Amino acid sequence: MAEEVKLIGMWGSPFSRRVEIALKLKGVQYEYIDVDLTNKSPLLLKSNPVHKKVPVLLHNGKPIAESLVILEYIDETWKANPILPQHPYDRAMARFWAKYIDEKCLPALWNACWCEKKDREKAVEEGNVCLKTLENELKDKKFFGGESIGFVDIAANFIGFWVGVLEDVVGVELLTIDKFPILCKWRDEYVGCSVIKENLPSKEKLGAYFRTRVESASQSK
Amino acid sequence: MAAISLQTETMAEEVKLFGTWASVFSRRIEVALKLKGVQFEYIEENLSNKSPALLKYNPVHKKIPVLVHNGKPVAESLVILEYIDETWKHNPILPTDPYEKAMARFWAKYIDDKLLPAAIKVAMSKGEEQKGVIEEIQKQLKTLESELKEKKFFGGESLGFVDIAANTIVWLVVAQEALGMEILTEEKFPVLHGWYQRLVDDAVFKECMPPREQHLSFVKVRFGSSTPSK
Repeated sequence: MAEEVKLIGMWGSPFSRRVEIALKLKGVQYEYIDVDLTNKSPLLLKSNPVHKKVPVLLHNGKPIAESLVILEYIDETWKANPILPQHPYDRAMARFWAKYIDEKCLPALWNACWCEKKDREKAVEEGNVCLKTLENELKDKKFFGGESIGFVDIAANFIGFWVGVLEDVVGVELLTIDKFPILCKWRDEYVGCSVIKENLPSKEKLGAYFRTRVESASQSK
Repeated sequence: MAAISLQTETMAEEVKLFGTWASVFSRRIEVALKLKGVQFEYIEENLSNKSPALLKYNPVHKKIPVLVHNGKPVAESLVILEYIDETWKHNPILPTDPYEKAMARFWAKYIDDKLLPAAIKVAMSKGEEQKGVIEEIQKQLKTLESELKEKKFFGGESLGFVDIAANTIVWLVVAQEALGMEILTEEKFPVLHGWYQRLVDDAVFKECMPPREQHLSFVKVRFGSSTPSK
């Protein structure tokens, strides 16, 4: 039947981009609607009244929010190019690591970039613990998903791209090749994939966006 | 005889659950395993002296619960619940329709990301700060209530994924009694209160609740103080 898929997102949001990767991997046609997060549209507020955040997927008018929930929905609805493994144990592992990324890694890495200078050393160490843990999980696999990108790789998009941009803008060293050779190799393979490459924000635009944030943060002190 | 030979298809199963008696997360797993009639060995952990087994099975977080199925560990309660549902297929916890499933995952996440941290905070705060957190929790409960609507359970006619995750509310009610707070009242939340009564009366759920008096003492000792709140 005629399918209507819309994605309400924000160009610079890694969460939003995760959903785009999944839709593109499965060849799903969709309409993308970019929102201004400083002036949220009525459509966003209606589609995600609980959190008022992006991304929100609208499938035939029915909204789904929270990027990892959306990814699972996409995988269960469009069966081509599966994102999650078949076996329940492997699925549990994928969910565990995606959760680890969202609940531990992202906050730690984000904090390491934006915290006060006096707290930076400790924050970077915490970020390093997360990256080391991920590196140990990756081991000798090409991707977390094995030979091709999977659920965990999509969840790790922040680490694959956003971290690099933040390192340049904020002047912090996080994902360094001497400390994390395996993860760096993963990152290079990852951003080299066409489905990833074609669904990243422009480095310049994202850098400029973070730069204005740095400037306004220093002005408000 | 045919029925038996079909059943012996599944090899001898070893299911272990590492948990603690008062943990909301640990008890979720017990409910799910009991709902599906899965035999398991329960191992009570002492969190101030974690066993080598726990540290081996959950090296990343070193936390309970951990489910060990034929020697393979799964950690994080909501991840474990999904694993249980996919492994033992009778009495499903999650809906089959992808959209309904997504809604269940959304609400379980809401409970863990919003309600649970607030519930911990309310137990640890006092005075004006506590009042503020109580208000925040009540808004969250209102949100959950409007999701429940006139359903018997979040899962529909029987307990589901969200109901199991919402055992958090039972812990909240214990905390409110133990610490003398008023958060979830029948008057303010008639719909949720009705659900709560059905939840704690459910045969399986009831069996998996920490013994009430012990639970109340535990909360008083952990979060209470001898100085009256201002």
